[in-house]
Amino acid sequence: MEILLVLLVLVAVVLALVVLGRLSGVVKGLKPSETSSYEEPGRENNINGWMFIIVLVVGGIAIAWSYLHSREFYLPEASSVHGRRTDDLFWFSMGILTIPFILVNATLFIFAWKYRYKKGKKAVFYPENHRLELVWTAVPAIVMAVLVLTGWKAWSDITSDAPEDAEVIEITGKQFGWIARYGGVDDNKLGNYDYRLIDAQNEVGIDFSDEASFDDFTNPTELHIPVGRPVLLKIRARDVLHSVFIPHMRVKMDAVPGMPTKFWFVADKTTEQMRSELGNPDFKYEIACTEVCGQGHFGMKMLLVVEEEEDYQKWLASQQPFLKTYPEYIDKIPANLRAKAAKYVGAEETASAE
Amino acid sequence: MSVVELVEHGHTEEHEHHELSFWRKYIFTEDHKVIAKQFLITGIVWAVIGISLSILFRIQLGFPDADLSWLKPILGGWITDTGKLNPEFFLALVTMHGTIMVFFVLTAGLSGTFSNFLIPLQIGARDMASGFMNMLSYWFFFIAGVLMFISLFIPTGPASGGWVVYPPLSALPQAMSGSGLGMTLWLVSMFLFIVSQLLGGVNYITTVINLRTRGMTFSRLPLTIWSFFITAILGLISFPVLLSAALLLIFDRSFGTSFFLSEIYIGGEALSNVGGSPILFQHLFWFLGHPEVYIVILPALGITSEVIATNARKPIFGYRAMIASMVGIAFLSFIVWAHHMFVSGMNPFLGSIFMFLTLIIAVPSAVKAFNYISTLWGGNLHFTPGMLFAIGMVSLFVSGGLTGIILGNSALDIQLHDTYFVVAHFHLVMGASAAFGLFSGVYHWFPKMFGRMMNKSLGQVHFWLTFIGLYLVFIPMHYIGIAGFPRRYYQFTSYDFTSIFSDMNTFITIAAIFTFLAQFVFLFNFFYSIFKGRKAPMNPWKSTTLEWTTHNPGHGNWVGEIPAVYRWPYDYSKPGAKDDFIPQTVPHSQTPESNLPSDNELIAEEKIIESQNYNDQFKTGH
Repeated sequence: MEILLVLLVLVAVVLALVVLGRLSGVVKGLKPSETSSYEEPGRENNINGWMFIIVLVVGGIAIAWSYLHSREFYLPEASSVHGRRTDDLFWFSMGILTIPFILVNATLFIFAWKYRYKKGKKAVFYPENHRLELVWTAVPAIVMAVLVLTGWKAWSDITSDAPEDAEVIEITGKQFGWIARYGGVDDNKLGNYDYRLIDAQNEVGIDFSDEASFDDFTNPTELHIPVGRPVLLKIRARDVLHSVFIPHMRVKMDAVPGMPTKFWFVADKTTEQMRSELGNPDFKYEIACTEVCGQGHFGMKMLLVVEEEEDYQKWLASQQPFLKTYPEYIDKIPANLRAKAAKYVGAEETASAE
Repeated sequence: MSVVELVEHGHTEEHEHHELSFWRKYIFTEDHKVIAKQFLITGIVWAVIGISLSILFRIQLGFPDADLSWLKPILGGWITDTGKLNPEFFLALVTMHGTIMVFFVLTAGLSGTFSNFLIPLQIGARDMASGFMNMLSYWFFFIAGVLMFISLFIPTGPASGGWVVYPPLSALPQAMSGSGLGMTLWLVSMFLFIVSQLLGGVNYITTVINLRTRGMTFSRLPLTIWSFFITAILGLISFPVLLSAALLLIFDRSFGTSFFLSEIYIGGEALSNVGGSPILFQHLFWFLGHPEVYIVILPALGITSEVIATNARKPIFGYRAMIASMVGIAFLSFIVWAHHMFVSGMNPFLGSIFMFLTLIIAVPSAVKAFNYISTLWGGNLHFTPGMLFAIGMVSLFVSGGLTGIILGNSALDIQLHDTYFVVAHFHLVMGASAAFGLFSGVYHWFPKMFGRMMNKSLGQVHFWLTFIGLYLVFIPMHYIGIAGFPRRYYQFTSYDFTSIFSDMNTFITIAAIFTFLAQFVFLFNFFYSIFKGRKAPMNPWKSTTLEWTTHNPGHGNWVGEIPAVYRWPYDYSKPGAKDDFIPQTVPHSQTPESNLPSDNELIAEEKIIESQNYNDQFKTGH
């Protein structure tokens, strides 16, 4: 990378010198003179023609080299099933598009050089050719059709309804962080919510008039998911737009206040697996925000832990239901349901409540 | 027309001419050429401001640890005591850069300048259909600019929610300080800007339809005029939609409505708004926003066509295909807007539809690129600065457009949406290439605007520095995008996945500063040449179109009669002709040596053309 920087600085210095060198001549030429007539292109026309070839060759090498250099910084292979599919599609499309990128730029620059002004030459009068127009309308159209069809197939699979056995987890964006909510080990079902119930502790507005809420628990720092099983993220935002971005999973979906969204995927590499694959014992999956949401937008980090089903279940069981952490919320439960909630709050609180 | 009328009119014209005060001649002018210069110079001033803002945030991104205390004299409280840029002000910079560049520079500065300057001159009209509306158009734009400028200096900062100003962020002052007074000023400014665009657009359309000189049929219009005409129609249809979005947002902000707000808990309280939809705003915004990118790029494509044909000394290849592709692009641009919203939470079925429509738009764009290249083939290229920028524009348009095919694919957009890949894509395809169209136009028509030549060598140096510089900035930006870096991030140190690639950001910043500095070559050349440039001949590029048949025109464009038109605008290097160009004003009956069989049929038409009225607005209906 340093080499690249040094190169750039060198190029800049050389160009600056060229500019300065020319400037003295230029300033002489800037002197106002009488109205001139049409000016035939001179030597500098040739120089500019050759510049196209130089830029084409040097630029081509620079792009190829810089691309190869950057590869090591790209994200590792996707850790989700659909992610590897979109990755393949991405590189396939990039491969196809590299062909016109090179062809069009090369022809453009080579023609510019080849047909540069020569004294006494007359340009070809060639205003149209219907067959050619047809060809270069049809060829891009066909290539587009191929790309559209592959993309469309992938898109409709990815956005189809989540499978029945999907683990449903809610993730809520706020300024500036994420809150995960799980359905709890007893019913494994997310309870209702209402944004008017949000307060300092009940950050996602869990509605305790719904029995399914009793064993729900939240976690503001980590999202745990099982490996190899579909996970359905139910995505919400409580203040402004956010966007759940899990780069290694190729997952992204906006979080919209007032309109729940969703995204399902199958993660098939645990955090541990990634650590050994990348040889990086500190590797962590991360969740970021990709919809500008205010001054803390760049730091809305949550960790994603992908683990074996067994470890996942163990982790679920070790989590404390929200009611247990904040037993005072028993007051929000309708009287007829309090008995059912009793097992989640400590014994003495239940007693005092009754 | 009676002699008396003519005499009388001649008299009043002279009378007016003498009466024009400095104010009426240069400030509140109704002359389209002066208005064009007003748009151009205002656009240049805004470009300097807009790009400077981007340099500020590039410094933050490229050198996150740098001590920025030296900026305190300019930015005051936005630099913290430890010499760091305030994160909220970073977002303000990003937002203002986008707003200024898209609307003030590439819409008003590009289309405003060249539609105004070229439409009457190239169709053979004395002025716009309504000089007064044209003047209003500029002054609405000017006031819009003043308000936006003021918003940069208010204590709570300018609008900061991104140039797309998505609510609820932009609707709630408690969400960020820029959503307070700054956002109000943004909305009012945009409101005035849209009025300016509509006044201008109505005028451009009317002028092109009604005020063409005799013989100037639609099939003889230069491609520049076609592009401005189509652009004006796009603007006229889409800008009112942005106006409605802005209006609803104003209601939500100030009058307690809930068009875009629902179920929000912020600043420790639950707001009472329910039933609104933030997605609705995105639909309305992008219904303008997508045509807007074509409003920006079509004039650049028109200018490029004209400049390439002239300097290749060849007819533009596929004149009709060029028009058809512009019409196709314009039509499609209205039905692709939701490709900005694939992961917004809208129904995925809509995503499929918009993917199909979006990828179709690549076809007419490709046709244009191939036609440009065929125009170069077999040419005799004069590398004037205008020509270099036109060729560069084609390169940037293609390089940037190709990645659009990836982003238009909804499945691939999942990962790339709102990453630097998008930033790199649209900066190449609409930012840089539209700017190249602007440069190309300025270098090419400067002699007609100011009666003097710009320095050619400086122009060529400016081109190469800018062209190389832009690729150095935006090619690496794609790599950062593939690595997953999200856009509008103040710094990349919070995440492991973005902490590894920081020297590339440093590289981009250095390249950006380099490119920015190169623009001073242009600024010097531009302003120096206005006063001290070599005097320009009437037709410095040996061009065929009408504007080159008048010498340093005053109000009214042509002394005496306006010219009549007998042929299409691209008779360059016609076989048999003694010169390598035949102006549009030369009848076929005078060029038997170069006429094609089909041209000879047109000779009969000349009588009809000559029997038509001149359509001279200074003589009729005054």
